[in-house]
Amino acid sequence: MSCWVTIQDYALRSIGIGERLLPKTDFTLCQQFTLIGSGMFWNIYFGAIALITGFFFATALAVGKNSANPLFRKPSEWFIFIFRGSPLFIQFFFAYFVFLSLKQSVPFLSPFTAAWLGALVVLFCNTAAYSGEIFYGALLSIPKGDTEAADAYGMSGWSRFRRIVFPTMMRLAWPAYTNEAIFLFHATTLVFFSGFPVLGQRGDALYYASYFADKTFNPFIPYPILAMYFIILTLIVVGVFGLVNNRLNRHLPQEAKAKMRFRPNIIR
Amino acid sequence: MFSYCTEPDTLEGMMWLSCYLTTGKHMGLYISVVTVLVLLAITAPVALMFGFAAATAARSHIAPLRWLGKGYTSIVRGVPDIAFFMFFVIALDQGFEWMRHKVKCPDWSEPIRQGNDFVVCTAAKLPLSESPQWVHETYAFFLAVLTFAIVFGAFAANVLFGAMRAVPRAQLETAEAYGMTRRQTFWRILVPQMWVYALPGLSNLWMVLIKATPLLFLLGVEDIVYWARELGGTKNARFTDYPHGDWRMWYFLALLVFYLTFTKVSEVVLERIMKRLTHGQATAGGEAQRRAEA
Amino acid sequence: MKKLILSTAALALAAGFATADVVRMGTEGAYAPWNFVNDAGEIDGFERELGDELCKRAELTCEWVKNDWDTIIPNLVSGNYDTIIAGMSVTAERDEVIDFTQAYTPPDPSAFAALDAGLDVEGGVIAAQAATIQAAFIAEKGWTLIEFATPEETVAAVRNGEADAVLADQSFLDTVVGSDGLVLLERTEMIGGGVGMGVRESDQELRAKFDAAIQSMKDDGTLNTLIAKWEVSSQW
Repeated sequence: MSCWVTIQDYALRSIGIGERLLPKTDFTLCQQFTLIGSGMFWNIYFGAIALITGFFFATALAVGKNSANPLFRKPSEWFIFIFRGSPLFIQFFFAYFVFLSLKQSVPFLSPFTAAWLGALVVLFCNTAAYSGEIFYGALLSIPKGDTEAADAYGMSGWSRFRRIVFPTMMRLAWPAYTNEAIFLFHATTLVFFSGFPVLGQRGDALYYASYFADKTFNPFIPYPILAMYFIILTLIVVGVFGLVNNRLNRHLPQEAKAKMRFRPNIIR
Repeated sequence: MFSYCTEPDTLEGMMWLSCYLTTGKHMGLYISVVTVLVLLAITAPVALMFGFAAATAARSHIAPLRWLGKGYTSIVRGVPDIAFFMFFVIALDQGFEWMRHKVKCPDWSEPIRQGNDFVVCTAAKLPLSESPQWVHETYAFFLAVLTFAIVFGAFAANVLFGAMRAVPRAQLETAEAYGMTRRQTFWRILVPQMWVYALPGLSNLWMVLIKATPLLFLLGVEDIVYWARELGGTKNARFTDYPHGDWRMWYFLALLVFYLTFTKVSEVVLERIMKRLTHGQATAGGEAQRRAEA
Repeated sequence: MKKLILSTAALALAAGFATADVVRMGTEGAYAPWNFVNDAGEIDGFERELGDELCKRAELTCEWVKNDWDTIIPNLVSGNYDTIIAGMSVTAERDEVIDFTQAYTPPDPSAFAALDAGLDVEGGVIAAQAATIQAAFIAEKGWTLIEFATPEETVAAVRNGEADAVLADQSFLDTVVGSDGLVLLERTEMIGGGVGMGVRESDQELRAKFDAAIQSMKDDGTLNTLIAKWEVSSQW
């Protein structure tokens, strides 16, 4: 079987399109590359959606944690502490457990026990907590002059936040937020590994990598392939975030821009 | 453990629980807690050393060394830790045994790779197959530490590299003006000052390290998650004196409390260290401290 | 790097120069009644008892090692232990990579456990542990397969309605049916061969020793007694 046929059969296997049966004997490198690559669909799906939705929640959490009103501050603090303080591994376990019991009483919630939604909710909360903390840190280090200038212009409330606080916060938080995004994509490998069941052998990249490792009894080929895919994904993420960073700092002189990039990166 | 534990099925309530929680199996769980803590305590400095070496290499003027440092950090950072854990231990183990084999059995004629098998001479085995179980466990522990250190060393390198860049240039220029060599500047000026810039990143890394410990069982170390799963699973009366249903939820709840507490304690301690490090530094934090004292 | 190696070498040397041939037996320790960890924290079960007896007959000193199921074969071929004795069915795929002794239990069908005794498995969602022969079987049949990391979770999935039935070795399901309304279905599937001990392909000497020991246990009936005691399979 030529590699092209393999790609046609398995490139979309992870979402259930193509050949139903996974290869069973005579594993070729092409099969391993195709299927593991196919699994990356899930990693990208989980990572991208959680990142985008989590971004808004994270902003809310950061503002909440910075709020003087304990009614907003306390819940934000606790949310961030619980999701940052416990391993994702355990969060997945509990989420699956909770969704199962919810399902018994409210049938409407049944899709939550499936990975595509349930795991997404966990990743969403997780990344919101981590990014929320990063944004909060950035919020604290907004130069005093910026907010004073906003006050002098008579800005207040929403327009002050939207025009002054938020852009500066983003600018300060961006390097650390890039790291968080990378970590989030890496964390998506845990979805099927520890938390949620795999339905119909439609799993993520790690699932297929361990499938091959299990069938060929040789971990030295599938896992490096998986690693290669993730390095590419990481490079893409870094690239995209770099573009946004340039846009965020477009008002700065060239030299200062270059300097920005070498801030000590605070990772999660 | 206790004398009244001989017939558990006659016991109830706290008595039963006290017996249940002190079975040999639960001792395994408690030992694994210690294992995890010891592993963290050893891994952190080792990873920091790896990171320091890599960051220094990445700054080097010698190109191959620089590529090595940069390559190591970017490759390891680009890959999920779990992907490393899946095959690193076997790879490291085979690597060590291969090296020992070359040294100890130079006149071994058979191939090392026989089909799928990896065969080295008996003397090169690590640990020797007749050594007691605790040696094997220690060796597995050592491999786990090394794997963790390699992975987290890359992250530490990234943080330290950034911190070295963050030390104000004026400081280094002053050192040069005083006639210090490159090496002197590095050790006397750069290294002592970089820590305050590195600490936020390093403390974050420490938190990540804590939360990576549930993956230890992939490295062949029986960690708390392994035991929580094992102990929490449904137990049939045929195989145990303490039958129970699916109690994984309670065990994982205990783990959750353990991790949250550990995180909280770490946060408090790290905050103190940060305060001490900031003292007298030319940073916003140091300035705030100076003003508060004045 | 060199220093690290030297220190472990010293550690290994300091551990003593026992000369007896130690055979390390790898097992999973999470598959009652075949092998599990008992209250005292030791490996127990059918295979523990069998393995100890085999070692006695083959005049070997044996040491038990626990290893995760996923990496149990890679660790064998890499030499971290010398045998796998973990309820492992002899399959053609595995046989390509490692060698098996003769089987010590006859091939037994796998069974389904479900909440409803009249369930038609062909249309249902069937749970199985990932990377088992049962999972491969369901996938091949074209039924809806749902995979979990541990046997425990597969059974839990049936209890809470995530799956309609679970397919697993009968001896394992025997330990769980009866509680929470779980019943065995009439239908069984013949998957895989009997269970044998796995050894490295380069280790024919050891294989021969264990083969002979298993044969002697078969001949004098002790193997059947052991099988009956732990209810792991049918008799020889």
